[in-house]
Amino acid sequence: MRRDSRVCIFGEDVAEAGTPFKVLSGLVEEFGAERVLDTPISEAGFTGIGVGAAMTGLRPVVDIMFGDFLTLTMDQMVNQAAKAHYMSGGHWKVPMVMRTTLGATRRSAAQHSQSLHAWFSHVPGLKVVLPSTPYDAKGLLKTAIRDENPVVFFEDKMMYKLKGPVPADDYTIPLGVADVKRVGEDITLVATSSMVQVALAAAVMLEKEGISAEVVDPRTTWPLDEKTLIESAKKTSRVIVLDEGYGRYGVTAELAAVIAEGAFYDLDAPVKRMGAMHVPIPFSPPLEDVTVPTEETVFEAARTMCGKT
Amino acid sequence: MTTATSKHDGSTEIKTEKDKWLHAYRQMVRIRLFEEQVNELYTRALMPGLAHLYSGQEAVAVGICEALTVDDYITSTHRGHGHCLAKGASPDRMFAELLGKEAGYCRGKGGSMHIADPATGNLGANAIVGGSVGIATGAAFAAKRLGNGRVAVCFFGEGALGQGSLYEVMNLSQLWKLPVIYVCENNLYNEYTHFSETTAGTILGRAGAFGLESALVDGQDVRAVNEVATRLIKRARAGGGPAFLQADTYRYSGHHVGDINREYYRTKKEEQHWKTERDPIKLHAAWLVAQGFADAAALDQITAEARVEMETAVKFAIAAPYPSADQVDEDVYA
Repeated sequence: MRRDSRVCIFGEDVAEAGTPFKVLSGLVEEFGAERVLDTPISEAGFTGIGVGAAMTGLRPVVDIMFGDFLTLTMDQMVNQAAKAHYMSGGHWKVPMVMRTTLGATRRSAAQHSQSLHAWFSHVPGLKVVLPSTPYDAKGLLKTAIRDENPVVFFEDKMMYKLKGPVPADDYTIPLGVADVKRVGEDITLVATSSMVQVALAAAVMLEKEGISAEVVDPRTTWPLDEKTLIESAKKTSRVIVLDEGYGRYGVTAELAAVIAEGAFYDLDAPVKRMGAMHVPIPFSPPLEDVTVPTEETVFEAARTMCGKT
Repeated sequence: MTTATSKHDGSTEIKTEKDKWLHAYRQMVRIRLFEEQVNELYTRALMPGLAHLYSGQEAVAVGICEALTVDDYITSTHRGHGHCLAKGASPDRMFAELLGKEAGYCRGKGGSMHIADPATGNLGANAIVGGSVGIATGAAFAAKRLGNGRVAVCFFGEGALGQGSLYEVMNLSQLWKLPVIYVCENNLYNEYTHFSETTAGTILGRAGAFGLESALVDGQDVRAVNEVATRLIKRARAGGGPAFLQADTYRYSGHHVGDINREYYRTKKEEQHWKTERDPIKLHAAWLVAQGFADAAALDQITAEARVEMETAVKFAIAAPYPSADQVDEDVYA
């Protein structure tokens, strides 16, 4: 926002409150109420305003508090933002960012816990970004804001408390470039967002069993770095794909298909998908905790795949 | 009294009242004749898909667009040819777009329902009823933030009064005092259903609920539309905030070009009444003659010129090539 006066942010409680997650604290104090605006609870309305503002010279960042609420923005994102450039033959652009959240296990129940990034990954014209570390978050967000297209940026709520090194200077991370978070030889764990930390923890457990796990973070589901995923799969010959979205018809299915098509003859086992269980996320803690992959379940699945039960 | 407006159809710059109102006449005639050609293309099976004709509603688009500059924004609807022409687009590139040709405004990628023209501030027609209300409001937000003095006009039919997002942005526009004018073209029918069956309360009551400045106008009277639009646009441009204009009008044709047997929802008697007693072009012609601004011959001349213009434009579009297949995945991303 310091670099480009066209950047502004609006959403519910983004100004004085800095959002309920406190991630925007200090912004309104520095940039003022003209650039950091609290909105009524009108996701469709202010998302649409973001689309129009992006088409006419601003760089809006639209804040959708919980990813579950993106259901309310669907026409503006899918029928308007995603299609304006194509339908106009390239004459109108929509350089907006939608920042929203994903992730369960916060005891927030079914309507505040979903990870719906697969839905937007499915729409031509949108780009979808899922940072897994503070370093990635800064670099990817800057790129997203500078991108000429509508970009949806998903932040894992549980990761807001994760700390990590972040350079103070201006740096960007390109979209469509995966990051190998841990090099390994025996099995590839492709993991997005919240699942990266789960995969890394599982990798530590696997190490103790003599299994060397490689953790690959796509960082963006669209554009997608297919090459890195396939190369890793060919190297290790075993792959588990981890994502916190529902397993059925979701990101795990897409990445598994990409890897199967690209690395079939080098695989020793079918690509395994581990996503959220196909149930609405329950409130009760012991129930909620079994619906998402954990380091234990990933460890078990990887061990089995490596023939070491 | 002079008006300083941008050139819309390449004709002489408007200087006098006479020029202004003759120009408005010409614009309405051009739209009427454009739509006649569209209907021809459809019945001759030369046009892919469908189109939604604006015939009968010309005074609304023209009355309002004549009060805007070329830099002001409009958003349009599935019934968008009138807005597009009134804002200054060229019929040849419009016909080309309707036929899916590369020379079209959207390189054939959008078609009738998505026609757009950045050079004249046309953010686009929209196939989703009420789909543009956020876009128009956002354009007003950007104009205010950038301080460029532009105004956005959001055209929609009374059918869009059913969409909740319209009320969300009306609320926001008033809270943030945005330079946007919401224009409700009430042509009495949400597709095939009379609006009285779908619209509780009153149309203006909806604007009043948010404290929006509002007005009701006879949409068939191009001067009345232009007068109220000029006032509301001037007010918005000066920072006075948004407004809501209800323009009562009528579409002569069906909901779309294929909606031919429509007596089950509209009587021929009603259609005839509007065509004979409430036709915006006839009404304006009578006024022009009464003012001494034109005689019948001059008006016929305008019509003849517009007819030639439209026929030439159609020929251009029919002869224009389609985009090559390799363009199918261009412009998905900027």
